[in-house]
Amino acid sequence: MAAKGDIIIDIERCKGCQVCLDACPKDVLEMSRKVNAKGYQYTVKVNSDCTGCANCAIVCPDAVISVYRVK
Amino acid sequence: MAEQSIISPENLVYKKTDVMTDRELHYCPGCGHGTAHRMLAEAIDELGIQSETIGVAPVGCSVLAYYYLNVDMQEAAHGRAPAVATGIKRVFPEKYVFTYQGDGDLAAIGTAETIHACNRGENILIVFINNGIYGMTGGQMAPTTLPGMKSSTCPMGRDVLTMGNPLKITELVAQLPGTYYVTRQSVHTPGNARKAKRAMKKALEYQKENKGACLVEVVSNCPSGWKMNPVDSNKWMEENMFPFYQLGDIKVPGKGLVSDGKNGS
Amino acid sequence: MKKEIRLMKGNEAMAEAAILAGVDAYFGYPITPQSEIIEYLMSANTAERTGMQVLQAESEIAAINMVYGAAGCGKRALTSSSSPGISLKMEGISYMAGAELPCVIVNVVRAGPGLATIQPSQSDYFQAVKGGGHGDYKLIVLAPSTVQESVDFIRLAFDLAFKYRNPVMILSDGIIGQMMEKVELFDQQPRLSEAPEWATTGKKPGEKSTVITSLHLESEDMEQVNLRLQAKYREVEKHEVRFESYRCEDAEVLFVAFGSSARIARKAMDLARAKGIRAGLLRPITLFPFPVEEVRRLAGQVSGMLTVEMNAGQMVEDVRLAVNGRTPVEHFGRFGGMIPGPDEILVALEARLEEWYKEQPAQTE
Repeated sequence: MAAKGDIIIDIERCKGCQVCLDACPKDVLEMSRKVNAKGYQYTVKVNSDCTGCANCAIVCPDAVISVYRVK
Repeated sequence: MAEQSIISPENLVYKKTDVMTDRELHYCPGCGHGTAHRMLAEAIDELGIQSETIGVAPVGCSVLAYYYLNVDMQEAAHGRAPAVATGIKRVFPEKYVFTYQGDGDLAAIGTAETIHACNRGENILIVFINNGIYGMTGGQMAPTTLPGMKSSTCPMGRDVLTMGNPLKITELVAQLPGTYYVTRQSVHTPGNARKAKRAMKKALEYQKENKGACLVEVVSNCPSGWKMNPVDSNKWMEENMFPFYQLGDIKVPGKGLVSDGKNGS
Repeated sequence: MKKEIRLMKGNEAMAEAAILAGVDAYFGYPITPQSEIIEYLMSANTAERTGMQVLQAESEIAAINMVYGAAGCGKRALTSSSSPGISLKMEGISYMAGAELPCVIVNVVRAGPGLATIQPSQSDYFQAVKGGGHGDYKLIVLAPSTVQESVDFIRLAFDLAFKYRNPVMILSDGIIGQMMEKVELFDQQPRLSEAPEWATTGKKPGEKSTVITSLHLESEDMEQVNLRLQAKYREVEKHEVRFESYRCEDAEVLFVAFGSSARIARKAMDLARAKGIRAGLLRPITLFPFPVEEVRRLAGQVSGMLTVEMNAGQMVEDVRLAVNGRTPVEHFGRFGGMIPGPDEILVALEARLEEWYKEQPAQTE
């Protein structure tokens, strides 16, 4: 099945709080092994189950996620 | 290949609103302030009132709210935001005026300004972030710190016999004839954040009706002050803050008081 | 056309002047001896006359912060109080000085410290001129000595406040606020129609948002802000000094007094003159900026100076700084609400004359 949604994560602004992980109904997100320039682990997309529901983006305190969805 | 086709301008369904600036927020990881800012900014955006809105920033963690909220703003002295907002609204009654205040600012040092602005029925929106602790100064006891909850000035936990009780100022101002819409929300889950935005949007719309003050409390977390990771802090908030500070509308236009605030006390 | 002359109480005349000056908003809290200002405004139907907003706040603290909000919108905002209330306003005044907001604060001074008495005093000179609130800032301070000046200074104060983006204090006292005197009012001035570019009026599309703040967390930035403020105060000192001289041309001794004390000192000067003492009177009108140059000039002429103040000796320090030891400077004061009489001022002067003349013979040239 083709993915319905996708996200772009501005990893340099991510503070690794992980609030988005809980918000994702499809377990699309995980924390990176690497850290960004600020020293935080950041959110990465690990599968293509994203539905573009935007839950992750809404709860992200730092507004680092943009969401796309096939309409 | 399929993924690449999804990421294109016509498929964009969510991005940071332009009513937020591009500046990186200084808040600690997982802090609810960022989300609360954005819900307010989205409410302003959706109403199309960015150019007619004037905000007032408090003293506390959100002292620099004007770095992030892309509207004209004034920085108030600690606790005085409702008085500053009164001055703005009285000379610009046609503008949308809001304050954004934390619990120390609004419910301790600014109690008089809060209660009297509400009681006069100033047509302003007060956004009240309640995380039960003083974040900026390093985790001291707030007027809303729960009984038994630890902070750097109540390291053994808040003892209500000597330190007083947490103040439910939201229920308190809901009693005043000058308030029109009073509600308690949170922004820690997608559903809650969406509801909080709807509440702020409604409150801003009510300003046009000149019916009085609207207060939207956002019960929020303070991972650093509570000394928890962000996910745990949100869980702790649900288990400890929400029973005492119950989410939901407290005063609703047309209905009046819908909650007596006694639940959980 | 001849202007109407009215008999008005100082406080009420200032309130009327505020309406006529096109003030946009007044926020205050009652305190004796200045409550007539808000009472007058509340009964003057300002909304219909000019659209001026008048609101009784819950405290002096709230009132000054309402002034902050209105001033931040580029409006002419006024507040008034008396000494204990001005102490409460000091937080807001410091913030306004820091955020460079124009406003006018009237202090109808009563005696202190503490709750003290409702009787007139000049014991808030230091608070008005030297700070009062925290941080390196200056208020422009105007000291009226008549009801007429109380009226005229409302307009002048707003002009200066907007010219320099700085709070201006009118330092009146319980005598001038409460007494009735004839006064000529000026014509109705329009309210401000356009907001200055620094004001928060709503973000214009395509432009950056406007922020009113006194917060600058980086020390380097905060030092620059302070330097800019100091440069502004130096400009104020250069351009805005105001004073009045009475019979100083041939004076061999000088009274220095401001506000209501100057009225009494002037009578004492007349009494001295009648006894053959060539006394003069210098009345600073701006207490900041202080008429330093004029005091310094007169220091080269007179054998001594006596400040007359309704306090324990406050302005005398500024006179001494200006004189810098060139001639004796002493203070005569009554305080706690007591008002000095011309006779006792004359006695105080005469008591010093012998020593002054011995130290420094009167210069004829």
